[in-house]
Amino acid sequence: MDLTIHLPVLQVIVPMLAAPFVLLLKPRGLAWAGATSVALLSFCIALSMAVTVAGGGHFSYDMGGWPAPYGIELSVGAFSALLLLIVTGAGALSLLAARPSVDQQIEQERQPLFYAAWLLVLAGLVGITVSADAFNIFVFMEISSLASYVLIAGGPDRRALPAVFKYLIMGTIGATFYLIGVGLVYMMTGTLNLADMEARIGGVTDINPILVAAGFITIGLALKAAVFPLHVWLPNAYTHAPHMVTVFLAACATKVAIYVLIRFDFFVFQANLPGHQLQFSLFLLPLALLGILVASSVAMFEGHLKRLLAVSSVAQIGYIMLGASFLTQAGLLASFAHMFNHALAKGGLFLAVACLAIHYRDLRLDQLAGAARSMPLTAAAFVVCGLSLIGIPGTAGFISKWLLIGAALERGFLGFVLVAIILVSSLMALVYIWRVVETLYFKPAVVEAQGPGEAPLQLLLVTWVVALANIGFGLFPQFPLALSSAAAELLLGHTL
Amino acid sequence: MNADTAILVAISLPMVIALGIAVAGRFSDNLREAVTLFGAAGLAWVVWGMLPDLFAGHRPAVEVSQLMPGISIAFRVEPLGMLFAALASGLWIINSVYSIGYMRANKEKNQTRFYCCFALALAATMGVAFAGNLFTLFLFYEALTLSTYPLVSHKGDAATVRSARIYLGVLLCTSIGLFLPAIIWTYKVAGTGDFTVGGILAGHIGGADVGLLLGLFVFGVGKAAVMPVHRWLPAAMVAPTPVSALLHAVAVVKAGVFTITKIIVYVFGVDFLFAEPSSSWLVYAAAFTIIAASVVALRQQNLKRLLAYSTVAQLSYVVMAAAVLKPLAEVGAAVHMVAHAFGKITLFFAAGAIYTAARKTELGQLRGIGRRMPWTMGAFTVGALSMIGVPPTGGFVSKWYILAGAFEAGNLVAIFTIIASTALNAAYFLPIVYMAWFATEEAGSKAHGEAPPMVVLALTATALLTLGFFFFNGPVIELESQVVREVAQ
Repeated sequence: MDLTIHLPVLQVIVPMLAAPFVLLLKPRGLAWAGATSVALLSFCIALSMAVTVAGGGHFSYDMGGWPAPYGIELSVGAFSALLLLIVTGAGALSLLAARPSVDQQIEQERQPLFYAAWLLVLAGLVGITVSADAFNIFVFMEISSLASYVLIAGGPDRRALPAVFKYLIMGTIGATFYLIGVGLVYMMTGTLNLADMEARIGGVTDINPILVAAGFITIGLALKAAVFPLHVWLPNAYTHAPHMVTVFLAACATKVAIYVLIRFDFFVFQANLPGHQLQFSLFLLPLALLGILVASSVAMFEGHLKRLLAVSSVAQIGYIMLGASFLTQAGLLASFAHMFNHALAKGGLFLAVACLAIHYRDLRLDQLAGAARSMPLTAAAFVVCGLSLIGIPGTAGFISKWLLIGAALERGFLGFVLVAIILVSSLMALVYIWRVVETLYFKPAVVEAQGPGEAPLQLLLVTWVVALANIGFGLFPQFPLALSSAAAELLLGHTL
Repeated sequence: MNADTAILVAISLPMVIALGIAVAGRFSDNLREAVTLFGAAGLAWVVWGMLPDLFAGHRPAVEVSQLMPGISIAFRVEPLGMLFAALASGLWIINSVYSIGYMRANKEKNQTRFYCCFALALAATMGVAFAGNLFTLFLFYEALTLSTYPLVSHKGDAATVRSARIYLGVLLCTSIGLFLPAIIWTYKVAGTGDFTVGGILAGHIGGADVGLLLGLFVFGVGKAAVMPVHRWLPAAMVAPTPVSALLHAVAVVKAGVFTITKIIVYVFGVDFLFAEPSSSWLVYAAAFTIIAASVVALRQQNLKRLLAYSTVAQLSYVVMAAAVLKPLAEVGAAVHMVAHAFGKITLFFAAGAIYTAARKTELGQLRGIGRRMPWTMGAFTVGALSMIGVPPTGGFVSKWYILAGAFEAGNLVAIFTIIASTALNAAYFLPIVYMAWFATEEAGSKAHGEAPPMVVLALTATALLTLGFFFFNGPVIELESQVVREVAQ
């Protein structure tokens, strides 16, 4: 039996089925080991699929042997393979590093529950990514959301509770909007399979319900993706979540929502709705720009390290949406490359924060003054990932900035304005990152570190692996770019 | 060693040295400094070993990684870059000798970090010098900014951090805000950013766009310190003097003017730019910087700040020479990079020696110091004369070529600027020289002798180089004439 054809389904069911077992692993450290090995296995599955897809392959899997549109279809193309890499990579690396930080923040007896929820989030996110069926996307979205509420609220910080409540309410509104949209499309076409939907919408005589559905789905997913100004749930949720949860979610959670948004739009709507491309572009472009500028400005004056990075995520989501709103090969390539590169940069930054948090309980900037003296390696990793976030050449972040500016320049006069905005916001990123760097390195210490020396080796090592990956993918970005490029072609090939 | 691999060795060797310094620093100071010295000598050996190939007309090249179609990390050695690399790597040896004397005598903290970052800055400098396209150049240009930041902020107190912030802010804002869009624009219109003999932009861009793109490049390359993006250079003077000497008189600032020269010669193309009237503003901008910076230097009371403003003016000599767009002037631009490097590093070495021996930093304190420190002030005098352009110093040679080029182009602005600035240079350097040798020392000042021997050794060596360059400049001119001949063919 050839196992390769089953990879798409294994990608989902391995973490999902493992989750209840992890719950049973009571002895100390065992739950972590179990969850980590499952996450690593998921990552290997994603990697092997990505290699096949980059070589021009494609996975399509009919659950239970029932062919689509009657059965449930899973499919993995270039775009999904890229997302799977990001999600499983973030899941595996953060779990690998998680133990010291989780031991610090979560009581021993609740840890199996915590790791089980973690695997459910992972399963939900990869489920969304491999599903070729609108309703299954909703189901997996709910699985990942519910489990992530548990993760975020699971830490010792009581302020996480109001934050997660806000997230819960807004996330549910988003999911409901999405479901309403899917319901309307189902009403008009009688199908839930995305490919089938695309084929059938053309035959629908009354287009109005479809238009309404497009509105609901776009808004609902934009809420999930924290597109400005629907981002208000994000900063507090990321700030007060346990540190390792922030690493995981910040690296991949919103990107999966953007993935669904873009996929729905390009696969289902653009080919069939007259003028929809323009609407999509005109709707997203101003929001993306506003998000970039407003969030970057807020981050420049933010006093709490985690919230500063969380707010910066809203700006970075703006870059991803900006590239997508160009609707060109170059724009989509930039957008997808930035999904990957931002995951690396922000994941690395939050990992460095987790390192700092081992010895500094209060993560407000003024409390972290002089931390580089006791934790030089952590601070250096923060600088490397920060440079990548700013987009300094030689780092992964530069590649996406370069592509984004190149894509913007294709748009004539508007392009120059866009380039100016991208550059100004890069300089804003320089300001907010450098505020942190100066605080860590040069300010006299206010509080003593609650422990000697560096963060535990396990955490520090993974942080540096990610930091070096930021440089590695800045000098040798061929593989993610090949995937991103194939993904952009796939989406555009659909509309043409 | 094959010249192609020598490029990679020249760039990676300083990184290895940095690592070696970090490791050796844990064991002993002597070991660490031995690594620095031998490393510097090794780098010079590798770089200078490439010279015969260049003289023979070879252009070693190597590609490391193709990031995207048309965009790659690639190196190609040509005479301008070779000269810059040979200059920086050669002076690094002398500067290391000086650093050891200076850092020990002043009991500076974090010396391992200092030597480490210094080596990294040299790696970035080699990358800038050998870059084969705009993308690669930009990569190492930014690496140079970042690796010198810890050196500028070395002292770590509030005032230093503020100055270092100006340093980093100006250099990164100009490079990200102006240089980067100019590079991407070039790639978009020309389809490539490779440095090519004769330029790549001819036929792809015309009219006012040429002037605009040139402006983005000139002000984007903040390291060239064309006003108004010069503020970082005086700010960088808070660094320990060896940093000011090698980096802010040679490596970093020369990386700036080198980049501009290289862009004019290999991206725009001299002939293309000469035929395009919208590019003529550059001579005026450089001329303004020369005069304005000299006037500002007249008013400085702090020796290092005076030298910084003098550097700003001297850098614009190179920019102006390149912007005259005549073969002789292009040679003059390259020669001036060398002549100014020898003279200015000597002046900074002297300033650092005075600080080390006497704790004096202001001009008013220098009365009669020549009698206490004859070697130092002798070297200082040679450096000052070279800045003015008096024979027999190196500064005379480059001024000769720049003037000859300006006459060839009939560029009256350039001719007038050179004459006026010579007078201004004399006006701010000669009083110092006079005061040091002939004024009487203030009563009650502390007795002191010369700076430590390693410091004196280094500054004597560079003073001799300044004098020697007047007599033995043939190889440099021969090498740089290749650039002109290549274009003419």
